[in-house]
Amino acid sequence: MLSRREFIQLCMSATVGMSLTEYLIPVMQSAFAQNKITKAPVIWLELGSCTGESVSLQNAINPSLEQLLAESLDIRYHWLINVASGDDVTKILEDTLKEEEGNFWLIVEGSVMTAENGRYNEIFMRNGKMVTGLEAVQEIAEKAKYVIAVGDCAAFGGPAAAYPNPGKAKGVWEVVNKQVINIPGCPTHPDWMSGTFTHLLLYGIPQLDSYNRPLLFFSKTIHDLCQRRQQFEDGIFADSPGSTGCLYKVGCKGPITHADCPLRQWNHSVNWPVKAGAPCIGCASPHFPDGTSPFYKHLPDTPTSFGRLNIKKISAGLVAFGIGGVGTHFAFAVVKKRIHKHYIKGTKPLETIPPETLEQAKQELKELTKQNQALLSITTKSDAKQALQHRKWWRRKLAAFLHPKNKDGE
Amino acid sequence: MTKKTIFPVSRVHEPLRADVEIENGQVVDATVGATLFRGFENIMIGRDPRDAALLTQRICGICSSAHAIAAALALQEAFHVEPTPNGQHLMNLIFAADIIQNHLRHFYILAIYDYVKGPNMPPYAPRPEGDYRLPQKRNEELLAHSKEGMLKAMRAHEMLAIFGAKIPMQQTILVTGVTERATVDRISAYRSILHELIEWVEQVYLYDVAVVADYYKDYYSIGSTTGNMMSYGMFPQPITGKREYAPGIIVAKGKTEPFDVAKISEDIKYSWYQTDIIPRNPQEGTTTPHRDKKDAYSWIKAPRYAGKAFEGGPLARSWISGEYQRGTGVMDRIITRAQETLSICKLADGWLSQLSLDGPTFSNYTPPMQGEGIGLTDAMRGGLGHWLNIKDGKIVHYQIVTPTTWTFSPRDEQGQRGPVEEALLGTAVENTEDLIEVGRIIRSFDPCFTCAVHMIDAPAGTPSMII
Repeated sequence: MLSRREFIQLCMSATVGMSLTEYLIPVMQSAFAQNKITKAPVIWLELGSCTGESVSLQNAINPSLEQLLAESLDIRYHWLINVASGDDVTKILEDTLKEEEGNFWLIVEGSVMTAENGRYNEIFMRNGKMVTGLEAVQEIAEKAKYVIAVGDCAAFGGPAAAYPNPGKAKGVWEVVNKQVINIPGCPTHPDWMSGTFTHLLLYGIPQLDSYNRPLLFFSKTIHDLCQRRQQFEDGIFADSPGSTGCLYKVGCKGPITHADCPLRQWNHSVNWPVKAGAPCIGCASPHFPDGTSPFYKHLPDTPTSFGRLNIKKISAGLVAFGIGGVGTHFAFAVVKKRIHKHYIKGTKPLETIPPETLEQAKQELKELTKQNQALLSITTKSDAKQALQHRKWWRRKLAAFLHPKNKDGE
Repeated sequence: MTKKTIFPVSRVHEPLRADVEIENGQVVDATVGATLFRGFENIMIGRDPRDAALLTQRICGICSSAHAIAAALALQEAFHVEPTPNGQHLMNLIFAADIIQNHLRHFYILAIYDYVKGPNMPPYAPRPEGDYRLPQKRNEELLAHSKEGMLKAMRAHEMLAIFGAKIPMQQTILVTGVTERATVDRISAYRSILHELIEWVEQVYLYDVAVVADYYKDYYSIGSTTGNMMSYGMFPQPITGKREYAPGIIVAKGKTEPFDVAKISEDIKYSWYQTDIIPRNPQEGTTTPHRDKKDAYSWIKAPRYAGKAFEGGPLARSWISGEYQRGTGVMDRIITRAQETLSICKLADGWLSQLSLDGPTFSNYTPPMQGEGIGLTDAMRGGLGHWLNIKDGKIVHYQIVTPTTWTFSPRDEQGQRGPVEEALLGTAVENTEDLIEVGRIIRSFDPCFTCAVHMIDAPAGTPSMII
């Protein structure tokens, strides 16, 4: 079996022409052979969704993934593929809840509709009563080992939660009192799902960011990994979607969207939007679609209950944080020890990922300030020490000047 | 009399509840309702119209490109722009690939387990009891094909991504065409997958359908409707705009008549929307959900053409073009879907050779501040329409009527049933516990409630347009 570190490297280095799942099979098989894992029973709930995540996962099904699924995920309830209907299928659900309590995984696709107490979305019947998606997800999550939200809808509300959000759609983590692993995207990439599922099986919960997204796939921005990045650096910008050049000015949301689409690409590495001349619309962002639309404009209007706010209008606040962040970051880097270290060891200062939201910016600022203060205190100490040494040096120098014989006399 | 509720009906896209009343082994009454409301049309209001193609396809993960095409058509009318010839061909190629994948997935993932016994493990077991008639050998054979069928559907999605960037939710369709280029490597990549699929559809898919149809001959008459069928037509040709599949209407298995968009209206007597606000005019239409409404049982509205319910999809298209007019039962729907897959593959092959290498696939334009447009196309499962209005550069009205609303419509004010409710009536059922027949009928319509469950208002009173 791979070490966790090797596994992470495998996930993060998307290789052209192959899907991640194909690499995962041997890993899974050896783990099974060594009895290191057992199949995870899965309840897959579809709430306010478009079935896009299930279809996306079907795209990963080649003989090997089917094998992988047959061996790793024991999907008990998923109404798109359950052969039984009605009470028979509800019974499977109830049985799994009882028999596998604390052991099964709950995978949720689609946003939780909370309007009218969830009655905008009813998903099955129990004792002759309709059960809402909201009720079901709260109850089932309680008993689940892991709760995994696939797709932007389940993770953050997604398109269904766009203004004015008629059904009061919410992400799963807003309605349950439990950690939810968010695998966003509209739809989510099959590799992101199979990679996370495999990590859960083999090593437990993967490292997550502040939005509970696995860092395996969402640690860098589209912009950082983009094939058109050089054109951005060189100032070659497309004047319309489909033209050559960086698509930033026609609305690409790559700089504010964390996902590895440019490396991994879609549908078995056939293509991906920016390569095909279509600006990234930020579908893996927690703020999709309101925070990333209009899709063809690079300064988004954000619809709010007070009307549409242009980013220019709210930028004052953000700029303050931005400058604060950058300023502190700069100060952090300028502290002589760090600069010294980088120049001596020949390394470049790490690029920081631009914050996606005010909250993230705040958090980053807080962390930076903390680090900065720590460094400053070290520096102050070292400065004080240096001053002391400096004084000692002067004293010695002075002593040597005043009593040259002392030194030579020996 | 026995009353039986099936909820959820599995192997359909999104939640569906079916209630049937059975007397003397026969269905005497049926209601089918959808139980999800998201309200996409409300979401569209106030947005940049150019976002419509990208945002509306989020309605559905199985037929996303159909929404993109309908939105692009509506915007083209509103903006007074035309697609470039290459752009139109590429849009058609993207859409064709999506229809092919949809038909394959419908048969091999959703419908096949109504007739074939799957392996004895979840999610294939338990299964409804009933008459599985295929001999062991045929059963095994079809089961093996079902695995391959999923792979072929996946290949069709790869074929789509060549020009559509990614799928579900392709991203390259613009108002005047497609952002991806028609280069020689892309065309040959598309062609190679297409030929693989053509061979497979001819040799396996059609064969499998023939096997099932042969063993389940009675299903030619089970699940029949009165034969009201409609199509908006699909695949416009560049420049002329003439559609490869012509629009038309058939009333009660009669002759093909011309289609008139002005005759469409929607009824909400049995839908969970407030009846006191019924401005049926799409320019003013709003929707107020009313979940506690008495007698209502669905989020789906009841669209009517000239006051009557209509069925869409491959069967309707085949009747309208005159290619297949055998009947209107379960097997007829399954057979025409398979035949259509092959004919669309062959059409796509033709378009590939009409592409001009590296020719413009879209044109630049300045979006006007005002405008209105209607985008009508057939999607996989029937007619899909987008109606939109633009003022001051923003969408002020958006409305979508999807195929599943037509086929799965609840009753209207006159008490007329929708096509599926009608198809269920009179069905003989063997076992009131499992109702395998009901599932077979429902699934033969290829229902997709993801699309159907966010209707807004009736398009009666729209400017008349005859296509």
